[in-house]
Formats: sequence, C-alpha cells, structure tokens
Amino acid sequence: MSDTKRIEVRAKMSGLFYRKPAPEEPSYVEVGSVVKKKQVIALLETMKVFQKVKSPADGKIVEILVENETPLKDDDLMFIIEKG
Amino acid sequence: MFSKILVANRGEIALRLIRACKDLCIKCVAVYSEADVNSLHVKLADESVCIGPAISAKSYLSIQNIIKAAKETNADAIHPGYGYLAEKEAFAVECERNGIVFIGPTPENLRLAGDKIVAKKIMREAGIPVIPASPGSVETVYDAKKICHEIGYPVMVKASGGGGGRGIKICKNEEELIEDFPMAKIEGRTAFGNDEVYIEKFIEEPRHIEFQILADKYGNITHLGERECTIQRRYQKLIEEAPSPALTPELRKKMGEASVSAAKAVGYVNAGTVEFLLDKQGKFYFMEVNSRIQVEHPVTELTTGIDLIREQVRLAAGEKLGYAFNDLSVRGCAIECRINAEDPDRNFLPSPGTIERYHAPGGFGVRLDTHLFQGYELPIYYDSLIAKLISFNLTRTGAIRVMKRALEEFRVEPLKTTIPLYLKVMDDPDFRDGRFDTGYIGKFLPEEDEDDDEYDDE
Repeated sequence: MSDTKRIEVRAKMSGLFYRKPAPEEPSYVEVGSVVKKKQVIALLETMKVFQKVKSPADGKIVEILVENETPLKDDDLMFIIEKG
Repeated sequence: MFSKILVANRGEIALRLIRACKDLCIKCVAVYSEADVNSLHVKLADESVCIGPAISAKSYLSIQNIIKAAKETNADAIHPGYGYLAEKEAFAVECERNGIVFIGPTPENLRLAGDKIVAKKIMREAGIPVIPASPGSVETVYDAKKICHEIGYPVMVKASGGGGGRGIKICKNEEELIEDFPMAKIEGRTAFGNDEVYIEKFIEEPRHIEFQILADKYGNITHLGERECTIQRRYQKLIEEAPSPALTPELRKKMGEASVSAAKAVGYVNAGTVEFLLDKQGKFYFMEVNSRIQVEHPVTELTTGIDLIREQVRLAAGEKLGYAFNDLSVRGCAIECRINAEDPDRNFLPSPGTIERYHAPGGFGVRLDTHLFQGYELPIYYDSLIAKLISFNLTRTGAIRVMKRALEEFRVEPLKTTIPLYLKVMDDPDFRDGRFDTGYIGKFLPEEDEDDDEYDDE
C-alpha cells in the first residue's frame, strides 16, 4: 500500500542537476518539504538550456538522491515523493 | 610575428584557430576542461593544458587559469575565439599586464562595445543613423505622446528590466500608446521590479545586416562586405549568407561607409562587426559593434578569399592592413547553416549523446567547420552548436543547391539536429527569392505556447 504512494522523479535527459535557482539562494525543496503538483523542485541544465523539474503530484519529498551540481544521465533517479 | 599562440576556447572555433596557426607556421597551445580531454582541439594542437573542471566558470571562463597556462607554455599571444572571454575587458587587460598579446580589439574598444547606450550616443554624434528613441526613461503618458509624435509610429515601449524580447509593447498609434503605456509601467514593476520604460521606434519586418570590419593599429580601416543574418530564433542566428539578397550596390556602399565611420568613431582595432537593422524602405539603423570574430565569419572568407583569423593574428602583431574593400575580388555567394544538437520538433530541446554514426558532407563548394567525430560524446556542459556547414557557389541559387546536397549527406546519428529544419528552408520559395525578415523561421515552427515552461532559455 505504501509503495503505491511513492513516486519516482527521474531525469528526462542527461544534464547538470541543480537544487537551487542560484548559488546564493536556498534550495527549492528539502526532505520533508510539502509540494504541490507542478511545483518546481529542481533545475536540469543541458547544453546551456535550463529545464524545470516539477513535482508530478501533490505530496511530500521523502528522498533526494543526488547532490547539487551533479551531472546526471538520462533516466537517473532524482527524488522520491510520497503522494498525499 | 608571434612564436606561440594559446587558443582560449573549445569546440569548432578552437579547431578553426589551431588550423590558422598551422597555416601561419605558429606553434599553438590548446586549453581544455576535464570534460574535453578527448576533444579534437586537444589532439590537433602542438601542446595542451588542462585548465580546470567541466563547468565553464571554473575553466574556460577562468582568467587566472588561462593566463597561467599561457605563461607555463611560453605563449606570447592568446586568441579568445568567440564567447567565453572574447569580449571581457578584464581579460584583455590581464593579458596586457602579463606581457601577452590579446588577439582582438583594445580593452577600450571592448568597454565601449559593451556599453550599448554610450556606443549609440557616439554613433549618433558621428552621424550614423541610430534607431530613434527616447533620450532616457519616460515617466508620463504626456511625455510619451510628445516623444512618439517626434519619432513617428509604430513605437516600442520597452521595460528597462526586460530583455530577450520580454517586456515589450508595440503601439501602432497614439490610442494604443495611451492604453499600453501605463500597462507597460505596471508590468515592468511586477515582472522586473522596475517601472522604468523607454520608447523606441519599432522597425517592422526588419532584416539584420552586419558588416565585417578590419582595422590596423595605424588608423587604416576597411569593411569586407556584409553578412545577411536575418534568419534567427530567439535572437540566435541560424542561417547567414554573404552577400545579402536585400542590398543594392548603392545601399551596400552607403552601409559599408557607415560601418567604417562607426569603427573609426570608436577607434576600433583588429576584426569586428557593425550590426544594423534594415527596414522595408531600405533605411538602416546602427545596432551595435561586436568586438570579436563571429561565428558566421566563414561566409565572408569564402566570398572575399580573406582568412579572417590570419588577419586578426597579423593585425595583432602590428602589421599593416594593406588593402581596402575595392582592392578585393569579391565574388559568388556563401551560405552558412548552424547545425545545433537540438530537436526542432520539440521546441529546440537539446539533444546530448554519443555519435554512433557519423558522415561528413564534402565535395565542390562545401566547407565544414566542426569538432565532431565518430564516437564523440557531446558534453552536457557546453552549448549545442556542433557544426557550421557552409556552401559556396558563383550564384545564390547554386549555393542553395550545394547546401541542400550537403545537408542531405550529413549524418550525425542518433542526435536530433536542426538539419531537417534547414532542408525545409532550402526548399522554401520565400528563402529562394530572398524574401524574409527576422520573424521568418516562425513559419516552420508550431505555435509556441507561452505557458509551456517545460524548459526555459537561460
């Protein structure tokens, strides 16, 4: 039952993962943050183009699997969200 | 002449610079980030130095690391290419301070070119046409009406905090101005935190025409003809050609003279570009000076026979220019397509990956400037320009045919590229007839959804 509530957020393509909008600003979300569907939770930069990573559902961030400024491959796991 | 040049760039332009050094019999040093260890520019240079991690800010943009690499390898000059440090005044100053020649304009040139407001003021004083505009920010509708009456409709009301096409309202007449002016101020405040607005004459269906300039240190300046750079998307040029199908010999002469006057007005040295907007009536307006070698320089090289990188090196070394435009045998037509690893069917989303199947086009009239090879993995850290494909022929129709043939032959699999889009353009009657303006590329693209923020440009 609890497994069905866990949603994985994966990278749509390879790119650099950013947890914050700018180096001096706070992270979009932390473990435990309550998020709304379509809320921006990270950025992915691929070849100078920034894509917003959005929450697929209303819920709570339960795991953040990658650190800020990590290069990701296509389909790498970034977040686990508990639907709520 | 220099004995060793450090090439402070990557990708296709690094290769272009290294090849020019070889033609000049000058040793060259490549610099590279940790993500570019396997790049072609590292393999082709005489020496190479790693200048830091993948992120550009810590490698290709690190003035300190690049100067250090130049000193370690005893390079006596640095060519910055385009982008990165090419137009950074601080970098040119730092080169000078370390006794290294910066191959490009003076720090003063870079500062002036970077300050668009001052540059326009200088040009206006030098008698070069500049787009009529309000002298500063406009406060009230009353002032706005007065200014617009002088400069004539249509006008553009621009939020000073905007940019890249955002925060702009176009007013065709006074009624629209009265309605939109207060809106522009309110929107400026809410969107950019600044309600200052400027007013500028709106140029309808403009073309973007630029002139290549060369200047030595002794006051000799010439232009090398124009480049037609109208075909753009979001202010990024996609297709360029020389000469422009829109210019008559009389207009070319007038604009060429204006570009030389513009370069003189700022005391320009080395290679540069003067950009103009051209309206439907053949009136042209100064936009800006680009103080670097430009991406699209090959189309000028093919029509004039002048190697612009070689000239940059020669002029930086203190040699005299030695010729003017009229001395050259300018002929034919050259077209360049910027091949980007982007998917034109998906809002130009980048397409990184490894090249599994590669075939480069060739044959009569084809030039390909690229750093690609079979097995190359495109780093995620840098921009998506993967190749410049340039065609040349004695006629424009011929150059379009050569381009089409070369585009059809080019294989960069499995990456998504802009090649299919350019194939459509080459077949388009409007392009073939030279009928286009800066909005041209929109006709090949699906309507862009403003709310679709799946990705945003930088």
